[in-house]
Amino acid sequence: MRLKGSEIIMECLLKEGVHVMFGYPGGAILPTYDAMAKYEDRLHHVLVRHEQGASHMADGYARATGEVGVCIATSGPGATNLVTGLATAMMDSSPIVAITGQVPIPAIGSDAFQETDVTGVTLPVTKHNYLVTDVRDLAYIMKEAFHIARTGRPGPVLVDVPKDVQNAETEFVYPEGDIVLPGYSPPARAHERELDGALQLIAEAERPIILAGHGILMSGAMQEVRELAERAQIPVSLTLLGKGAMPEEHPLVIGMMGMHGEATSNLAIQEADLLIALGMRFDDRVTGNLKTYAPNARKIHVDIDRSELNKNVKADVGIAGDLKTVLRQLLPRLQPKSHVAWIQQIRDWLEDSSERDILNYETPGILLTAQVVNDIWKLTGGDAITVTDVGQHQMLEAQYYPHQRPSTLLTSGGLGTMGFGFPAAIGAKFGKPEEEIWAIVGDGGFQMTLCEMATAVQENINVNIAIINNNFLGMVRQWQELFFEKRYQATPMVNPDFCKLADAYGIPNRYVTRREDIEEAVRFAQSIDGPTLIEFVVEKEEMVYPMVPAGADLHDMKRRPKPGEA
Amino acid sequence: MAKQASAQKVTIVALVENEPGVLNRVASLFRRRAFNIDSLTVGRTHRAHVSRMTIRVDAGPEYAKRIATNLQKLVNVIDVRVLDNEPHIERDLALIKVRSDDTDSRNTITEICDRYPARIVDIGPKVAIIEMVGTEEIIETFIDEVRAVGIVEMIRTGVVSMGRGIRIHDADITRRDLARVAAQSPNGNGRIV
Ligand SMILES: Cc1ncc(C[n+]2csc(CCOP(=O)(O)OP(=O)(O)O)c2C)c(N)n1
Ligand SMILES: [Mg+2]
Repeated sequence: MRLKGSEIIMECLLKEGVHVMFGYPGGAILPTYDAMAKYEDRLHHVLVRHEQGASHMADGYARATGEVGVCIATSGPGATNLVTGLATAMMDSSPIVAITGQVPIPAIGSDAFQETDVTGVTLPVTKHNYLVTDVRDLAYIMKEAFHIARTGRPGPVLVDVPKDVQNAETEFVYPEGDIVLPGYSPPARAHERELDGALQLIAEAERPIILAGHGILMSGAMQEVRELAERAQIPVSLTLLGKGAMPEEHPLVIGMMGMHGEATSNLAIQEADLLIALGMRFDDRVTGNLKTYAPNARKIHVDIDRSELNKNVKADVGIAGDLKTVLRQLLPRLQPKSHVAWIQQIRDWLEDSSERDILNYETPGILLTAQVVNDIWKLTGGDAITVTDVGQHQMLEAQYYPHQRPSTLLTSGGLGTMGFGFPAAIGAKFGKPEEEIWAIVGDGGFQMTLCEMATAVQENINVNIAIINNNFLGMVRQWQELFFEKRYQATPMVNPDFCKLADAYGIPNRYVTRREDIEEAVRFAQSIDGPTLIEFVVEKEEMVYPMVPAGADLHDMKRRPKPGEA
Repeated sequence: MAKQASAQKVTIVALVENEPGVLNRVASLFRRRAFNIDSLTVGRTHRAHVSRMTIRVDAGPEYAKRIATNLQKLVNVIDVRVLDNEPHIERDLALIKVRSDDTDSRNTITEICDRYPARIVDIGPKVAIIEMVGTEEIIETFIDEVRAVGIVEMIRTGVVSMGRGIRIHDADITRRDLARVAAQSPNGNGRIV
């Protein structure tokens, strides 16, 4: 079959099981857009309003489904607008394939109109990238791109396709069979001696703790982790992206760890004599000061990325492998254990935490983010997919919306990208049309990508937007309050009337200032099959507690005083 | 990532696909991970599609291992080895242009070159070029001696290394253009072999 490069791109997308792509046209990608017409019935293109939105939508799609998300943009400014989304996906190991147009091959290097060295620009923010210089390479490059994006430690891959390559014709034969990339073989299994080592450390431990990360979700090892925890009676602490690795209502789960983690988790890590780190990478936001981190603990670290082992924290047993595979090797040899005293100690800490819980406070006349989030949790039966932006509302969502299932909290962890939430929620809805989707966003971050409201309307996509409006870049304000003597430099915001904005876009909306109005608004949003927006006007100077100041010892937390203590 | 204090030098050898942009990927990795490297050389091998890099790191083996695991993550990097305790040959090549405008300097140059694996490869009334091949250390000693004569220009290639004995470091990789041919052959199954 003789096809043009542009058609080969479409054929390859279909072969990869893609049925939706998020993009924005322009000169250098026009041939590919032209080819889309022929494939319209099988490949839906979502027209975004800014290419950053396309990359976050592809990312949201990928995080919700575990499959590769696809975004597409033209050369130059179109491609550079994708960069934030690629970097976000890179940091959180999210599989996306970005296809960009490029100026024709003879023009490359001549500073042609809308020419940018996109493979150069995206080199550090992609897992791999390609510049296609011959249409005959296109099919296998597309296949490699998807393979690299979804296997091993997943990540974004960019394929830059010059316009003349899109127009050139060749015989299209899809490369069936396995891909052989000589320099690419993600590790899978643990060695026997590594398993021996891990089992021995587990057997000897009196105060073990599992640090459950994003890798568990990506490997699909939820059941195995649960078995490990239950059989050896090991408490489980979650990273932000590890939420859903085990149901948060499970008695062994002791909450999130890190800067705004559950105090019990952080205390337990500092007291533990064994950390079992599964698919997590000891980010500075979860460790605090490395010198005093988990000082009494030996460490087992399992990660598919060998370069993560011993990067920040030295492992006594470091295993490079696929988590599910490694745990399946380990479990048959794991002896049941109990840690009664340790678990009692943890229960005591949890008791103390719950006394400090903001939800136990009377706050007449004030609406708190924690209350909004917790009420949305109740009203969605705790079963929605929530997609957050970045800031205080993100941390409060993590604290007050317990997640029971994997991949139901989608959030930019590693890069902390404001503007991620809303477009990622749209992408997630395309991947999981049957799920209830809530974008929980701050008034600051929402304004970075709110143009995608038009996309949501054009696609009539059922995403509920909950704007947590504190009229502040709240998280930055919190740092200013704590570390810069309340000098609120460039954090107060004069905001638009979000409801009027929604009206302008044709999005049904509600404005909520009182707790008793939350339910009606949420029910209203749920009743509408299409985008909705609720603006929650919340306390301006709410604080997120606990807080480990950047670089401080993990146990050195600023905590909310108990009632009566303040 | 902080470099560990160490006087040691460690050699890393990487086999990489001979494709455009690979050196850029490696350099970009070193830059963004703030890896401190001493020297990097790239050259061809007996295989058309495989190039070989020798990377010298002025740090301990732990640090070298971290660099190696990160290098291995690059898709175009086929295989990486840290030549730590393993016995190996290493060679650096220097071209040194020195003053040779009097009998004294010429005599000194000849005398020094006789004691080293060095050759005078060009000589004129004003300057001479010496070619010197050897380990990094011996070249350094050599340079120190020649310095007295007056070095006016110099270039070193950087170290290349090869493990001794039968531990072969080689990769017989699929040629990319074969994959392309297979993919487009009308009656082939399009398999990337
Ligand atoms: C693109 C980007 N720019 C800047 C920041 C730094 N930053 C982190 S949180 C935050 C404030 C977010 O404000 P808002 O969206 O209103 O959320 P809130 O903290 O008030 O809940 C800022 C500016 C960031 N994370 N991302
Ligand atoms: Mg705000």
